Amino acid sequence: MKILQKLKQENRADDMQALIAQIPYAQFLGMEVERKGNELTTVLPFKDMLIGNPNLPAIHGGVLGAFLELTSVIQLLFLTSCESLPRTVDISIDYLRSGKPQDMYGRAIVTRQGRRVANVRAEIWQDEKAKPIAASHGNYLLTPSDS
Amino acid sequence: MDPFLEKMTELPPHAQAIGMELLAAGARRCKVRVPYAPHLVGDPDTGILHGGVITATLDNASGWAVRCHEDWADGVSMATLDIRIDYMKAATPKLALIVEAECYQLGRSVAFVRALAHQGDPDKPVATSMGAFMLGTPNVQGRNL
Repeated sequence: MKILQKLKQENRADDMQALIAQIPYAQFLGMEVERKGNELTTVLPFKDMLIGNPNLPAIHGGVLGAFLELTSVIQLLFLTSCESLPRTVDISIDYLRSGKPQDMYGRAIVTRQGRRVANVRAEIWQDEKAKPIAASHGNYLLTPSDS
Repeated sequence: MDPFLEKMTELPPHAQAIGMELLAAGARRCKVRVPYAPHLVGDPDTGILHGGVITATLDNASGWAVRCHEDWADGVSMATLDIRIDYMKAATPKLALIVEAECYQLGRSVAFVRALAHQGDPDKPVATSMGAFMLGTPNVQGRNL
């Protein structure tokens, strides 16, 4: 991805907010990234169009899945030097609580990073980090840069 | 028009936001379509659809397939318990995404659904998924507010 090379040239390879600003779908959802030291937290501010069940109302399961996937990929890019975006091989999502019409936060941990594939776990929450609303684990194909 | 299709014209807000359309429904199965759109792109260099769009469509279509099961009682609420998605190949830019879902088992508490995402040829799948749905989950109006 061109933006990855550009950020690298500018010594901003870890500027994940600049990266997601270039991903149309992340912009469409309205996703943001906050960095404190070496820790990333992804943020998805609530919008009406994220609703899946208007009766409760609850956030769409697909949005939670997409947010978990983006959180995982952002964490991977933050830790590795890839020339292109990691490709999701598979992702398994557990829905733990319904998503309330509120902002969501996400964190991911790279559980194992090999040369070609990485295994990442992610969790998203709203009011309390100890009460995640969904969790995922997935495998991502890496395209490492030579440098 | 099929009464189910008619009812389903009221799509959830997020399904509307990504442009989802219900093409067919009945006999434990349903088929939906998401036309290609620039805001759904995951990689601006290639124009490939973001995996999240595929996730959302598989999840939504799977839920609808449960409602197409003959033993599904109208009015029962449900929630996705889990879904596992395998991505076979990147979606070809400019082409619509088609998802076909089948609810192959509906129990008292849990329904099981498999789904396939492709772009016109089901023999060249973009992704497949297996999901479980919890039935009879609370759906009291405004409960989450």
